[in-house]
Amino acid sequence: MIELRDVTFAYAAGKAVFEHFNWTAERAETWAVVGASGDGKTTLLMMLAGLRLPTSGQVLIDSQIIERPRPRTGLVLQEYGLLPWATVAENAALGLKLRNYYGPDGRHAPEDHTVAPEKERVDYWLKRLGISAIRNRYPGQISGGQRQRAAIARTLALEPDVLLMDEPFAALDAPTREDLQNLTIELQREHHLTLVIVTHNIEDAVFLGQHILVLGAPPHTTPAVIDNPLSGDTGYRTLTAFYEKCSDVRRRMPAHRLQPA
Amino acid sequence: MQRRDIIITTVIFLLAWQLFAMIVQRDILPSPLQVAAAIVTQFGVLARHFIASALRVIVSVIIAIVLAVPAGLAMGQMPRLNRIFSPIAYILYPIPKIVFLPIVLLFFGATDFSKVLMIVLILFFQILVPVRDDAAGIRPELLNSVKSLGAGRRALFRFVYLPASLPAVLTAVRLSIGTAVAVLYITETAATLLGLGYYIYLNASTLFDYPATYAGAVAMGVLGLLLYFFIDWLERRVCPWKFAG
Repeated sequence: MIELRDVTFAYAAGKAVFEHFNWTAERAETWAVVGASGDGKTTLLMMLAGLRLPTSGQVLIDSQIIERPRPRTGLVLQEYGLLPWATVAENAALGLKLRNYYGPDGRHAPEDHTVAPEKERVDYWLKRLGISAIRNRYPGQISGGQRQRAAIARTLALEPDVLLMDEPFAALDAPTREDLQNLTIELQREHHLTLVIVTHNIEDAVFLGQHILVLGAPPHTTPAVIDNPLSGDTGYRTLTAFYEKCSDVRRRMPAHRLQPA
Repeated sequence: MQRRDIIITTVIFLLAWQLFAMIVQRDILPSPLQVAAAIVTQFGVLARHFIASALRVIVSVIIAIVLAVPAGLAMGQMPRLNRIFSPIAYILYPIPKIVFLPIVLLFFGATDFSKVLMIVLILFFQILVPVRDDAAGIRPELLNSVKSLGAGRRALFRFVYLPASLPAVLTAVRLSIGTAVAVLYITETAATLLGLGYYIYLNASTLFDYPATYAGAVAMGVLGLLLYFFIDWLERRVCPWKFAG
């Protein structure tokens, strides 16, 4: 479903971050991409989102070459993704509003998009994410966890089949973070989402990713993948296997680039 | 600002004025009561000049906004455009445009057009610069996440850049109102028969009617204050998120 075909990416005048890189993710899999900052995690995600284009090679989703944001791909960022001047409900409705603004042109909105009953869908997702009570608050008035819930509601209201998340839990305290991780996995299973989460946090990666893509020092040529079949079960965090897997991932990352978990 | 504070400040100001007038004891400083009497007797004339001045300044502010906001937004989000026009704005911004008033009058005569043009010239840059900087300062995370929801350039403009720049626009307009009224006064003292500037100047230097002079000055102050209050009210209406505690 997601395929990187011989992808090379270099920032202008910089060394390549990816070099002839090939990687595939199947539909409804969960992938965690782990690495230290500056190692190209976010670059990878931006290419998947169609917000950056590879210098050479191709990014394909559902056999379509990605050259601009794809309507059925959702993106949730660490912070600052919400409009500060719009309420939670208005933010959650933004994607639908944009689709209605353009109409089903296949470019900004899927071709089969029908003018959606905006309010109903927004109400459903606010409720599903447990933020109905704060629907009229502004992002500046709510907690970081609530902001992320609003960002997720906004993305899922568009019924994506691919969900990309960039450090979505980095700014949250531990209980909120676990809570949101559980919810993310729940939603992923409910809607058969192909999930790609980028994180510098090894525990996050091990809990969420059925497959963990470890990015060491760039340039990246062949993907280092760790399989992690127990991921996503809430009990996993307390098992010895969880800690063993974390050590496994840690060992595969270049030591000098390790970040505190 | 609370209504009570405004009333108290006004009362203290009037009392100080009264006291000062009693100490100075000259007809070039009439007391507030004399000025109030002048306002009442001249009300019809004063109102006519007030409306003429108000229309000029309101039209000028609207034209300046309509020209400067899209230009600022465009420069803020298109670096290439900014590279071309920023140096021009940088050079023109600090030039005191009021010195061109005689030239504008030579070109366009003592018309409403030349008065409005003067004010627009000055306000344009005062609005352009902060709006551009605000548009350029929008976080890339915000732009990326809205783009990922399907927004192209048109939608980004409508749903991100425009609302993001509203506070900067209103702040710039608020700061410009004092300038706009001051420029209005200067343009109205030159070759015109209508407007508060003319009224003040005529009464001070030709008719020597000092209470009427002060009445005109009060009217001009009220004009500035009303515009200021209006912008405050507008900001609460269109930027409620800034006031949400």
